[in-house]
Amino acid sequence: MALPQGGAPWATALRQDALERLLAMGLPQGRDEYWRWTRPDSLIAAEAPQAALFQATEPPFFSALERIRIVFVDGVFDAGASDDLTGENLEIMRLTDALATDIHWVKDAYGAQEKKAQVPVERPFATLNTAFATDGVVIRATGKVDRPVSLVYLHRDEGSDAILHHVIRVEAGADLTVLENGPAAARFNKVMEVEVADGAGFHHVRAQGRDHERRAVTHLFATVGEEATFKSFTMTANGVLTRNEVFIDIAGDNAVAHVAGACVGDGNFHHDDTVFIVHGAECCESRQVFKKVLRNGAKGIFQGKILVKTGAQKTDGYQISQGLLLDGDSQFLAKPELEIYADDVACSHGSTVGAIDEDALFYLRSRGVPVAEATDLLTLSFLAEAIEEIEDEQIAGDVIARLEGWLARRRKD
Amino acid sequence: MLEISNLHVKLEEEDKQILKGVDLKVGAGEVHAIMGPNGSGKSTTSYVLSGRDGYVVTEGSAKLDGEELLDMDPEERAAAGVFLAFQYPVEIPGVGNMTFLRTAVNAQRKARGEEELSATDFLKLVREKAKSLKIDAEMLKRPVNVGFSGGEKKRNEILQMAMLEPKLCILDETDSGLDVDAMKLVSDGVNALRDGKRSFVVITHYQRLLDHIKPDVVHIMYDGRIVKSGGPELALEVEHNGYADILAEVEKA
Repeated sequence: MALPQGGAPWATALRQDALERLLAMGLPQGRDEYWRWTRPDSLIAAEAPQAALFQATEPPFFSALERIRIVFVDGVFDAGASDDLTGENLEIMRLTDALATDIHWVKDAYGAQEKKAQVPVERPFATLNTAFATDGVVIRATGKVDRPVSLVYLHRDEGSDAILHHVIRVEAGADLTVLENGPAAARFNKVMEVEVADGAGFHHVRAQGRDHERRAVTHLFATVGEEATFKSFTMTANGVLTRNEVFIDIAGDNAVAHVAGACVGDGNFHHDDTVFIVHGAECCESRQVFKKVLRNGAKGIFQGKILVKTGAQKTDGYQISQGLLLDGDSQFLAKPELEIYADDVACSHGSTVGAIDEDALFYLRSRGVPVAEATDLLTLSFLAEAIEEIEDEQIAGDVIARLEGWLARRRKD
Repeated sequence: MLEISNLHVKLEEEDKQILKGVDLKVGAGEVHAIMGPNGSGKSTTSYVLSGRDGYVVTEGSAKLDGEELLDMDPEERAAAGVFLAFQYPVEIPGVGNMTFLRTAVNAQRKARGEEELSATDFLKLVREKAKSLKIDAEMLKRPVNVGFSGGEKKRNEILQMAMLEPKLCILDETDSGLDVDAMKLVSDGVNALRDGKRSFVVITHYQRLLDHIKPDVVHIMYDGRIVKSGGPELALEVEHNGYADILAEVEKA
């Protein structure tokens, strides 16, 4: 596999460096501890496994919102389908253009967080992405951006294999919301590197398809500065294989980082959230809320770690991961971890797996709600804590409406 | 309306007999109170009538307007007109009260072959009912019972009752956890639903609820049976003397 051409010398050097690092670390194997519950085979295969195109009948996610749309079709930027990429307090550039520019701020940012996040655990798919990404966007917010930037991923080719890399910088005091939605490709490898400077705010919501056969491995890297806020929520409905890795470095005092996920899986569904949050500063808060609803043999994984470094006093770290199994064939596997080197902290983690609350189910049925519909209402109830992490009410409403629609359609199938 | 005959029920898991031959007839528009010491089978009766899992009917029947309730799923019983106001209504985070109410109302209408209510008609109806029950519109926006006080939870039960318009309302210790003002509000709500046709079974330990909801008949339940029935004066007797005299009389007989 040859490195993409057309970059400036510094970009070529960064890619070459990533390739060398990748060759040194190798791709993950099923026997690796870090991949013990998710087989990486189909992500490594020479060619992407075919994924039939899924025709959704409902309007696309977030379509009712005022937003700046940036469209990728099977991993390739589509200028014709995208909006004008300009906005107040905002600079957006296609990654390939930024990497071809002699001097650009992204020179110091492209692959930098990916490289830093290889310790203590290697993340070869992210390194592969830095080396071979063929497209993506570079976004810089210099003040409050009033419209969300919306990355829309369309899937048109049943055998497409897309590698996207986005680099985002939210300057001091700025505020930016980024949305992502769509199946993207038959096999999708995506990296997003985000730098949230002092006093800045970054809000991220993504919705990963439904009822289609895609495979995806994604990485979200973030560095959060002093008094800055980073919030990310992901909703996933089906898909054959999804591995979402998050690595957040809380680097400035009084910073806040929340990461949440809600997923509903059915049948041949495997969903893995792997989160690593590093507290390196004082008086910071982190929160992880992950909920998975599984049925018909679906499998959900959560691996989450909070690392509190020496000196990161007054850390408030919270982590909850919960699986709701709608039948006896499904599985939820969790590995919550805390590693603390400061002595004045409040960190907690909890993980549970269970079935539908029979008392609540009876309550609904006693009001005349049929058992399938009652189960769906309780599914939404179970996911609520994760969805509540979305600050914007309209976006949260869209996510809930989609889930309701998805569950109702599933009931009719 | 409701006719329970020789109802025998045991717990599924413990093989323990709870109801040992309950007989009860509640006519249309009547209010019957069931009183009795703890563990006598009052709540079990309400759960068995509404179809809760965990109970096995070993003998007997329970018919509503001639239809056997015991053959139906809980949702079918609800659509047939049974409503149980819970002693401890469950909290359902993330599901709005309005969404829940609309789902329930339309599910029942659908089950009965009626047209579902449009969003506008539903909204109009729920606002009207909430207003008549002095329920704050804010409560409708909140998730079902989440963060509600004891009184709010019970009022929410009465609102559901008003929206669903059942034939038979079973109130399982609705007075528990209510202060005097909340009890008055809840009782007013129940009384507003009394229309001469709708029947009520009120399960309670205390006379004070019956000061507000006047019963036509009072039953004393003990050891899985109704051992004595009478007029409202029976509840007053319990209030003054407890169950000892009544139970001693039953034992002697």
